Amino acid sequence: MLFTIQVNNKKIRAEKGETILSALNRNGIIIPTLCRMKEFTPTGACRMCVVEVEGRDRLVTACSQPVEEWMKIKTHSPRVITARKTIVELLLSNHPDDCLYCDRNLNCELQRLAEELNIRERRIRARKIKPRLDQSSPSIVRELSKCILCGRCVRVCEEVITATSLDFINKGRETHVGATMDKDFNFSSCIHCGQCVLVCPTGALHEKHYLAEVQEYLNKPEMVKVIQYSSMVVYGIAEELGLRYTKGFDKTLNAILRKIGFDKVFKTGTGTDVCITEITGQLSERIENKADKPLYISACPAWVKYVEQFIPSLIPELSTVKSPQQITGVLIKTLVAGQLGVKPEEIFSVSATPCMAMKFEARRDGMMRKGISDVDSVLTVRELARLIRLYGIDTSNIEEEPADEPMAGRSSAAIMAEVSGGLAESVLRSLHFMKMKKEPDKQLFKKLRSGGLFRETSLQIDEKDVRVAVVDGLTGLEKLKISLASGKKYDLIEVMTCPGGCVHGAGLPFSPSKDEIKSRAKLVYQSDDTEAINLPCKSPSCINLYEKLLKDNSDIADKKIFYTHFEKRNVLL
Amino acid sequence: MGTDLDIILKKYKQGKREDLIPILQEIQEDHGYLSEEAIVKTGNFLGLSTTKIYGLATFYDKFRFIPSGKIQIKICHGTSCFLNGSQAVINKIKEETGIVAGQTSRDGNFSYEIVSCMGGCNNGPVMNVNGEYHTHIKPEQLPELIKKLKYVIDND
Repeated sequence: MLFTIQVNNKKIRAEKGETILSALNRNGIIIPTLCRMKEFTPTGACRMCVVEVEGRDRLVTACSQPVEEWMKIKTHSPRVITARKTIVELLLSNHPDDCLYCDRNLNCELQRLAEELNIRERRIRARKIKPRLDQSSPSIVRELSKCILCGRCVRVCEEVITATSLDFINKGRETHVGATMDKDFNFSSCIHCGQCVLVCPTGALHEKHYLAEVQEYLNKPEMVKVIQYSSMVVYGIAEELGLRYTKGFDKTLNAILRKIGFDKVFKTGTGTDVCITEITGQLSERIENKADKPLYISACPAWVKYVEQFIPSLIPELSTVKSPQQITGVLIKTLVAGQLGVKPEEIFSVSATPCMAMKFEARRDGMMRKGISDVDSVLTVRELARLIRLYGIDTSNIEEEPADEPMAGRSSAAIMAEVSGGLAESVLRSLHFMKMKKEPDKQLFKKLRSGGLFRETSLQIDEKDVRVAVVDGLTGLEKLKISLASGKKYDLIEVMTCPGGCVHGAGLPFSPSKDEIKSRAKLVYQSDDTEAINLPCKSPSCINLYEKLLKDNSDIADKKIFYTHFEKRNVLL
Repeated sequence: MGTDLDIILKKYKQGKREDLIPILQEIQEDHGYLSEEAIVKTGNFLGLSTTKIYGLATFYDKFRFIPSGKIQIKICHGTSCFLNGSQAVINKIKEETGIVAGQTSRDGNFSYEIVSCMGGCNNGPVMNVNGEYHTHIKPEQLPELIKKLKYVIDND
């Protein structure tokens, strides 16, 4: 039901049941917010969104107050603006004020609010929060003095990721956000997905930087500098550098990376193709053996850690195939090292990903051989963009170059792995082709592509119904549990930690809106529709790898390097 | 050491979320503090994350996370006691024991905490030593008292 309310002496239409904020936003009136996250219930904790409602003594929070017919609202009256300004001044009163050195400089919500509200002096002085820097985690750094206690990370971790590794500790002036028993982060149940970093309005949570390390090695002439980047990085870099993504931007990126000083540029996509092929092999074997339990895809490192901590009983069902990054990494340190005639330790292998858990994964047990890790440094898209800016590369004026063999090409199935449901679809497509010698109609996977936390479908392959389920975001696990409990059987289950898949990865540009994530996914589907090679087994790089390179290299011919193991983790849950 | 955790937990058969604070209170009463083990067991029992339990427990002053000393002192810092000079008493205790409120001395003898009100407002400053109330405390009385307490511990 629509009705009219008065805002700033003008009439606007509001809908019954919606909040003041949503009515205002729909009518083009912008109100600053801080603790609000769109898909969550409002908390009204930060009071940034206060407005004046005639007849009410106190200012009300627009984010949580339902709109009512009699309301006469003032959104930018002197009283409201003073209140908002005071809130930000109070937040700044104990803030470290080291913006110039801060990770979020020029990209900070608190900084932006201070700027928007025209705060030009420190009016309120308070004791600074005692600095506490927690660098214990391989992927996430916590700087507690920069925290403004908005609680977004706490809510995301509990409500979206369900790992619940963060909560408010203590009360009053002593309040801070921390892990259980106030321990350092690597002792917590954190699964390194990084969604908390993505929602943090300040620099209190950010990724652990490996840029200095990369720079140091780039200047070592005796090392072979190698980088691999996944398909999502191409979109992400375009987004972060403010360029329009066009087809073939990956070739531009190759040239940029070579200009920075990388000797070899590889595509993680080839690794994804290998990953799909291996999982297809495992699945086919399981189906032939009439396995009772489903195969869980293990390409998402955050999901793997989640299983190891919370549901260790599932470990035997996890596919032992490494993730695409690690497969590419191990190929670099074995195959490429052999081709170049260098020792593995003479290669410095960097990976650029849209994921933060990959930073953790590269340091996992089983991801190194003879003490040499397969992937030495993992950079997020944001870090890679920094590196590109640091080297002052003019991105608009650059020749396109191909990536390096043997990992120069990928199928469109590999890019599909970036969206939730895509990897399962690719595996099914591969299996279909393997058994029936023809590609299935993509329409058959419609159910796997459309929204929802939990999606399922089945595909007739070789007179056998292959049933697959997709869990999009860990909250979907509940639905999977219910479905399994009701007696449903699946052959393949894909779980992605970040809702939407890697397109919502925590290494991508900050504060993505739902539409942005959708448009990233759309780009993925577009690539899949327009590219000619839709299957790993049709990609020349992948064929070359399997048919020739692996067979010629006796050390890796058994393909053991593509597999790993998982173990139960003892952390405080 | 107090009652076994499992015995305490068993009393709350249903294991509902709302049992959390009563369980924690009982463990605190019995053990004198909430150990990591106690928090983990309670978490498993109620299906709650230890992060949430720790976050909630730290909100209340009543819960401790390190064992209290053999001599546990509570000093009132409520309005009335404050006006009667409880801050000076607190400072003196800090000086005598060498610990900050909420801590336990290294030898495990002393721990003290600051509480809001113990209901003895007309007799302030009020101090509670192992359940025994002392009223109208003055800072200069403390060295003598602590000496006595130490003597008791040493000869126990």
